[in-house]
Amino acid sequence: MLVYFIRRLGQAALVLVVMALLVFVGIYAIGNPVDVLISPEADLAEQQATIERLGLDKPLWEQLWLFLVNALGGDLGRSFVHGEPALQLILERLPATLELALVALVIAVTAGVFLGLWAGLKPDSLTGRSIMTGSILGFSLPNFWLGLMLILVFAVSLQWLPAGGRGDTVSLLGIRTSLFTLDGLSHLILPAVTLALYKTSLVIRLARAGTREVALQDYVKFARAKGLSSSRVIYVHVLKNIMIPVVTVIGLELGSMIAFAVVTETVFAWPGIGKLLIDSIVNLDRPVVVAYLMMTVFIFILINFAVDLLYSLLDPRVRLSEAKA
Amino acid sequence: MARVEVPLLRVEQLQTHFLTQAGVARAVDGVTFEVAPGEVLGLVGESGSGKSVTGFSILGLVDEPGRIVGGRVLFEGENLVAAGEARLRQLRGNRIAMIFQDPMMTLNPVLRIDTQMIEAVRAHRRVDRAEARRRARDALGRVGIPAPEERLSAYPHQFSGGMRQRVAIAIALLNEPRVIIADEPTTALDVTIQAQILYEMQKLCGETGTALIWITHDLAVVSGLADRVCVMYAGRIVESGPVDAVLDRPLHPYTAGLIGSVPSRNRRGARLAQIPGMTPSLFALPSGCAFRARCPNAGEDCAREAPPESVPEVGRTLRCYHPWQAERAS
Repeated sequence: MLVYFIRRLGQAALVLVVMALLVFVGIYAIGNPVDVLISPEADLAEQQATIERLGLDKPLWEQLWLFLVNALGGDLGRSFVHGEPALQLILERLPATLELALVALVIAVTAGVFLGLWAGLKPDSLTGRSIMTGSILGFSLPNFWLGLMLILVFAVSLQWLPAGGRGDTVSLLGIRTSLFTLDGLSHLILPAVTLALYKTSLVIRLARAGTREVALQDYVKFARAKGLSSSRVIYVHVLKNIMIPVVTVIGLELGSMIAFAVVTETVFAWPGIGKLLIDSIVNLDRPVVVAYLMMTVFIFILINFAVDLLYSLLDPRVRLSEAKA
Repeated sequence: MARVEVPLLRVEQLQTHFLTQAGVARAVDGVTFEVAPGEVLGLVGESGSGKSVTGFSILGLVDEPGRIVGGRVLFEGENLVAAGEARLRQLRGNRIAMIFQDPMMTLNPVLRIDTQMIEAVRAHRRVDRAEARRRARDALGRVGIPAPEERLSAYPHQFSGGMRQRVAIAIALLNEPRVIIADEPTTALDVTIQAQILYEMQKLCGETGTALIWITHDLAVVSGLADRVCVMYAGRIVESGPVDAVLDRPLHPYTAGLIGSVPSRNRRGARLAQIPGMTPSLFALPSGCAFRARCPNAGEDCAREAPPESVPEVGRTLRCYHPWQAERAS
């Protein structure tokens, strides 16, 4: 287990370094931030001073070297635009995105697994087929359109829920969250549903395919032959077996939900990191973009690790092969 | 071995059909037999003869699109075909238990052995987990699993095939059922393990008076284990009777063919007899006797109507117009 952990840590560090190189050089190639940042009216001396202050006068390899050395100490550079440390900018906005992604994840997994089980157990029933048709819709509806429609129906017409923003937040362990206020939750529902719809459809399909396969297995019939109630057969014997592919995909998708909730955040004016990323790319605010992507890579690595741990909880056969590695 | 006890389980004119788009497959078509307490009944036939479906029909576990369309299953006088799902659930694994063919597939791979055994006890008995676990451990000990206490915490993949089948048998024995339906439980195992398990099943059922319905295609197993044997072909029992009588003096040409196709030492070097042709598709059974196309004795009358059940000797039944002549066989 320890060997496995150390090996994973090494892989993670390597991925982070390669990512930093790619992004740094990539953004450098796109354009010169000086053109965007410095007002055309500024005179040559002012321009020169700014360029020197931002370290943009140095050659690329030196800038990169400085960045990597500083990054080792946890300093990912200062934003060209805001003048604040890039990491701090991101961390301020991260909780809003995280809570949005987590609520969306909970919705996607619970609704998706439940509906998928249902559709898998009764594939030819009207309900089963309706669920599958609904999941096609969930796949195809564009995020921004769905968000706008939800706003139109629930915020504008019915006026049940607010149209945007984050609402009241409370501080929990130093992190501001809207999960524990009624106002905060009411702001959270629409964006979370918007973000969850695609993933729900995905989970429905996985859960249904898994259920149809597992339901035919001898061990399910044997469980019924033991006289177990059908709820025990479904929620213990079938459910635990179909969760393995669901966890895999959801693990991958959680990362993308956190990192790329940009569209949903924009539609609902949600103050998360998605909006920060878009602004930073437009302004060629290289430190923020680099720090953001490093952060994303870090989150992906964490999630993958969590998924591996979950695997071994779900499937006892994984535990053994891991111990051998 | 004449038995006069009241039948514990009586299957009467059971018909289980599969209603598919391709037509109706009469997997079980008018099967009648009974088992007494402590009796071992061998249900013999080729793949697709309907013997497994018969077993599942008794417990009401036939999968869609299969359906029991006629007949009765009388367990201690109660008709299970008419019983509701709740009542069937009470009986399954409790009064009537089942063991499946492939031990690698019958245990849930992601649940521990103790979980799978305790739930089987607690589905039928109001006992706490500790008591259920104690029963599970005793059952594992009874089927010859060493160190049952430790093995309880293991997962199925940590057992060999033979050990897994013992676990499945232990699960079947947990609630001391009156009837165990064993669907080819030793087919997937080594012959040595097979012999051990056969011996143990026989002993355990003899001790408790549990009736055993042993579904198999292996006549050698039946000859050593069963008291009576029913030979199935295309959904019907073509011949039944005491195992010694049926195997020594088969009356149905199909039974004779099955016996003839068992390799044995004293015919070494000779060409192995086989039944010509294949089991007919259940969707396209020939008119009359389903076996006539493969039967050396078939006459014109076989094509007209399926032979009715006759009683050639006391305790035996037969569905054939032209029974096998023992003189011709030798």
